[in-house]
Amino acid sequence: MQALKPTLWRTTSRLTLFAFVGAILIVGSYHSTRQQIVHNEKMTLLQTLNGLIPPSSYDNDLVNDSIEMENRAFLGSAKPMTIYRARKQKQAVAAIINSIAPDGYSGNIYLVVAVNYDGTLAGVRVLSHQETPGLGDYVEERRSKWILGFNQRALNNPEEAGWKVKRDGGVFDQFTGATITPRAVVKAVYKTLLFYQQYRDAIFVEQVSH
Amino acid sequence: MRYQQIIYDGLWRNNTGFVQLLGLCPLLAVSSSVINGLGMGLATTLVLASCNLAVSSVRHWIPNEVRIPIFVLLIAAIVTAIELLMKAFYYDLYMVLGIFIPLIVTNCAVIGRAEAFASKNVPLASLLDGIMVGLGFTLALVLLGGMRELLGHGTLFAQAELMFGQLGKSFSLSFGDNYKGFLLAILPPGAFFCLGLLIAGKNWLDARATVSQPLYFKEAVTTPPSS
Repeated sequence: MQALKPTLWRTTSRLTLFAFVGAILIVGSYHSTRQQIVHNEKMTLLQTLNGLIPPSSYDNDLVNDSIEMENRAFLGSAKPMTIYRARKQKQAVAAIINSIAPDGYSGNIYLVVAVNYDGTLAGVRVLSHQETPGLGDYVEERRSKWILGFNQRALNNPEEAGWKVKRDGGVFDQFTGATITPRAVVKAVYKTLLFYQQYRDAIFVEQVSH
Repeated sequence: MRYQQIIYDGLWRNNTGFVQLLGLCPLLAVSSSVINGLGMGLATTLVLASCNLAVSSVRHWIPNEVRIPIFVLLIAAIVTAIELLMKAFYYDLYMVLGIFIPLIVTNCAVIGRAEAFASKNVPLASLLDGIMVGLGFTLALVLLGGMRELLGHGTLFAQAELMFGQLGKSFSLSFGDNYKGFLLAILPPGAFFCLGLLIAGKNWLDARATVSQPLYFKEAVTTPPSS
């Protein structure tokens, strides 16, 4: 017992010391990088949003003009989804809605759906997904032009029966060997448009205070 | 001479991916293309080099009984710090490599080198060992990624622009637009098949090298019968 005591003291103190050093390293790098990281993320987000809505069409601080809304039936998730609001001279221009297609081939497909004020689609992008590489990933803009086929579409263009992939009698292409992924995306975009139609006034409500 | 040994061991003789089979999780998970493999390999090299250097620098203050928890603490702290710094100052690179960095924590090659090498050697040798083992891992990832990409998509260096900017677009090679793709190579089982083939290929190369060596050398490496 007597021999064990100094060893025990030595190991405990050294372990504590290294835990302390590790904690300082992480806390230090976290605090020195936090602001820069927030800035970087905001710039990237703005880049994505500007890819959907031209920067000249709005004049508000798009990244910070957002609202959280939840609607499991329309947006695919019980969690609050962020909606960015583009305005020009206080007039609503477009809403960029985060939405989820919950019924992809492999997990959730995360979408951003940009809707002009009049209800036409300004564009759709897939943010992230785990669909089969080489088959389902043609929903990504960098892989194929398919996702651009939503531009200018609206609830009445095509009519409800047309909001399906061609195999199901609709107007949207499917991919060879992969129907489930585009089917899920088409359905999610359609439901997001329904959500927009129903809640447009609530989406564009002015923030009272921040 | 010793440094040459470190370089040879790290890159080829004890290659993490082909011989030690450490770090199979990231190796099989992200090697679906050359560029993915290269990204993961470089991120791992950075982590291995920093962790080896750190562990080696403080090796005299680490009590033997609790060395493993201390290695884990150091590695976790360094990986987190690297991720944060990269996110802050090399955001474009982070967008490409960032997703791989948390995966590196699952790579037991990092703690393996800390335990087997860095805790017993001087910082300079440990740094070199980290870099060489990392580059050896990168080699394995790039070969495996190239094989899977070629079989699966019929391309090589696709999306190189993610890592090399506009210049990278000219690297991309495509072999025949009519190639339908071989899905199995892209899916996880394909990673195992391809890795098996590459390991067999390396063993074949090594065996051929041994045969062509002079006889007396061959006898020297066989173990003498125990008396």
